Amino acid sequence: MQKQEPLLSVRELSVAFKMRDCVLTAVDGVSFDLDRSQRLGLVGESGAGKSVTGFALLNLVSRPGYISGGHVFFEGRDLATVSEEEMRNIRGNRISMIFQDPMMTLNPVLTIGQQMIETLKAHRHISQHEAEKLALSKLQKVAIPSPEKRLTQYPHEFSGGMRQRIVIAIALLTSPSLIIADEPTTALDVTIQADIMELLLNLCEEEEMALLLITHDLAVVSQVAERIAVMYAGRIAELGSTEAIVNAPQHPYTQGLLKALPQKVERRKRLNQIPGSMPSLQERPPGCAFYDRCELRGEICHREIPRLEEKNGGLVACHMVKTVAGKEKK
Amino acid sequence: MFAFIIRRITQAIFVMLVISVIGFAIKQSVGDPVREITGISVSVAERDALRDKLGLNDPFPVQWFRFVKGALHGDLGNSFKYKKPAVQVILSKAPATLELVITTSILVVLLSIPIGIYAAIHSKSWWARMAMGGSIIGVSIPVFLTAILLIYVFAVWLQWLPSFGRGELVEIFPGWKSGFFTRSGLAHLLLPTVSLTSIMLPLFIRLIRAEMTETLQTEYVKYARARGLKEKRILYVHAFKNTLLPVITVGGVQLGTLIAFTILTETVFQWGGMGSMFIKAVEDADTSLMVAYLVFVGLIFVVVNTVVDVIYGYVNPMIRTGGGK
Amino acid sequence: MRLFKKITGSNLFYNFLRDPMAIGSATVLLFLIVASFGAPIFAPHNPYDQTTIDIMDAELPPIWTGAADADSRFLLGTDPQGRDMLSTMLYGMRVSVLIGVGAVVLQSLIGIIIGLIAGYKGGRMEALLMRLADVQLSFSTYMVAIFISAVFQGIFGMGVYSDYALGLLILVIGFAEWPQYARTVRASVMAEKNKEYVEAARVIGLPQRRIMFRHILPNTMTPVLVISTVQVANAIMSEAALSFIGLGMPPSQPSLGSLIKSGFDYIASGSWWISLFPGIALVVLILSINLLGDWLRDYLNPKLYKD
Repeated sequence: MQKQEPLLSVRELSVAFKMRDCVLTAVDGVSFDLDRSQRLGLVGESGAGKSVTGFALLNLVSRPGYISGGHVFFEGRDLATVSEEEMRNIRGNRISMIFQDPMMTLNPVLTIGQQMIETLKAHRHISQHEAEKLALSKLQKVAIPSPEKRLTQYPHEFSGGMRQRIVIAIALLTSPSLIIADEPTTALDVTIQADIMELLLNLCEEEEMALLLITHDLAVVSQVAERIAVMYAGRIAELGSTEAIVNAPQHPYTQGLLKALPQKVERRKRLNQIPGSMPSLQERPPGCAFYDRCELRGEICHREIPRLEEKNGGLVACHMVKTVAGKEKK
Repeated sequence: MFAFIIRRITQAIFVMLVISVIGFAIKQSVGDPVREITGISVSVAERDALRDKLGLNDPFPVQWFRFVKGALHGDLGNSFKYKKPAVQVILSKAPATLELVITTSILVVLLSIPIGIYAAIHSKSWWARMAMGGSIIGVSIPVFLTAILLIYVFAVWLQWLPSFGRGELVEIFPGWKSGFFTRSGLAHLLLPTVSLTSIMLPLFIRLIRAEMTETLQTEYVKYARARGLKEKRILYVHAFKNTLLPVITVGGVQLGTLIAFTILTETVFQWGGMGSMFIKAVEDADTSLMVAYLVFVGLIFVVVNTVVDVIYGYVNPMIRTGGGK
Repeated sequence: MRLFKKITGSNLFYNFLRDPMAIGSATVLLFLIVASFGAPIFAPHNPYDQTTIDIMDAELPPIWTGAADADSRFLLGTDPQGRDMLSTMLYGMRVSVLIGVGAVVLQSLIGIIIGLIAGYKGGRMEALLMRLADVQLSFSTYMVAIFISAVFQGIFGMGVYSDYALGLLILVIGFAEWPQYARTVRASVMAEKNKEYVEAARVIGLPQRRIMFRHILPNTMTPVLVISTVQVANAIMSEAALSFIGLGMPPSQPSLGSLIKSGFDYIASGSWWISLFPGIALVVLILSINLLGDWLRDYLNPKLYKD
């Protein structure tokens, strides 16, 4: 079957932070593809570099951070090298982003309507009337009751769940081909989280949008994403289909993550923790970043950074994982 | 919003009452009203009789009430030195102070906003650094020192500008003698305005720049960028509106500083305004005038602060719409 | 010794040493403080000793001007009373620093206590105290200081006022500025109040006062420190302003402000040095404190990436 060009193709993307006396690497040579209408989950603990990766795709990393290398191929262009004006045309237009806490991301002194319409007007010639109609239709799509009244209201007049729905509506306005969602439900009540994730899932399917879901919540990602990329200390440890990752993880870190889930533990037994903690940006070891906490570690792991390679039908970055005969990708 | 305004006005009235108590207490403890009327060469017995007649031996609250009643009718006692009602003296001096204050305020607002915003956006540019460096030096130089230096350079040495007084005045409407309309009036206004501006302007530049910098690093500005909005819109609509709020709050408080510095400036330039009048009243132990100034200035503060609060309440949507869920 | 090691080994000190502005202003400030507090040793004359002052020496220019009446005894000239400028400035600076620090100590004590109580107790007490602080703040500390000292002078009379001027000024300026501390501390307390260690302390049953002072207070010290440096500069500025309008230090105990004032009367006759030198000294003093304060505030606020 002839495979289409991936919608998004990230190659060896690196993001560094220029501190007063040194340069710290937050994201180190990350690569992954995303096809049209596909949903990829980018998972990892705090500090692993997943949010930074998400921002880097839109060249939004705040100072003192900057893209230090690699490529972000999207719709025929390398976003890491295009001009700021071109980038502005893509942001909020071809690629929309959803942030974590809608109370902080919606401007408190502007109405919802103003924020929705300005997004539209920034990217196309559209009359006020048309823009309002479009905004209303999107608000309806995200199930906000009586949308006409809402346009003139301010963010603080809504609940957390409603605010996030509004943010999703804003993301839909320009019919983007890709949505990057950075921890979209972390700041919400647990009861609302499921609703929002389901909404997002349905919308992506309906509108045929690709989704890059950045989160630390394995449960959420396994429900929504078709493929999962596990990040550790700025690098991708493993990348594969959701089914493969959840049922047969290859990387020791992924295995440890799954074993640590409370559901996997027998009652009354202690939770399985991975000993130690992820190294901070300043403390990255020379070889594999997981070395200190890994049960499988060998001599080569200390010396050489493992590359992300195809093994057994998925991509793994580990020296110790061996290809098993008969498990190649069909 | 309505409840908010009512609350503010109630507070304002309460503060005015407190001020009236303080002012009245000062009047009672400092100076001698009998002396104001009779002079020194009067016998003790006659003085006591006069005290009784004037109701000066009545209990404190009764006298205070009388004081407030008088104040509400515009009577704050008589100035010992000027031999006229204190209110009259103050009102005759008020235009001078007001012209100085208004000119300075306009200058400060017009200059500080663009400079502060520019310094926040292009924080590393040469101009921005100069502005910030100049600002910190500016707030470290007391206003009276600037005034003296300006007088020395422009009046004594170069002899380009006058060093005291208000120059030729024009009575634009009864009781208001303005210096805006004559060349000499404007020439006299120049140095005092520059002095006062030299300390208020850097204050506001630093304030605006700090707030703008903080605003530019908020999540919603980042989100605005993520939506691909034009940079100009992000700056002037998103960032600026949010910067205005704390600036209004803090700026309103600076009114007191402005009035205090005006006293100093008026003293240096012998500017016939309320400030220099107050200092002379202190020197002359003219209690009525002192207290009248306190009440008058207190009233200005309370009114301006209340107005600023209400403006803030209107501009800040969270207060205007009365809070959400 | 241990404290010294702790300070010199700390992160703060490390960053301090790498910022030339901070080192520069600290050095200048240290120099000024040492010179002024060592006035009895360094000053060539004693401006408080009436016997050494001769009115005939009044208004002499500094020696480098080459004027005929410049006297080598008075390096920077003399003031209208015949006092040596340099010596008077040194003593005057000492007064400024004393009042500045003294006032800040007083206002921080009052402000911290009020802020702690307001923040921790909440409710009507907090509303009342904070309203009070807000109102006093809106009058601006300069106005409050001017009014209080005017009233003091009226009540006590010039004589008594002059005798106790130093102490009274510390009281006046200290009292005028407590709201700033109260608001800062209260904001901190509000933030800390909901943190778990406070909950834990309450559960153990510690008395309120202990929780406030031993547990919450140390965590509010950072913002207090940040505003303290600026407040010292403000206090010095306030004292100079008060002295300038005659509500501060009396002529017999000169401060930089009163020197500038006496110099002003003679500016028309061309005796510029009487106002200029104390003016420069005052500005350098305040500026170095402000620069240090700015550096400290930038250092303690890491979230603003100033690169």
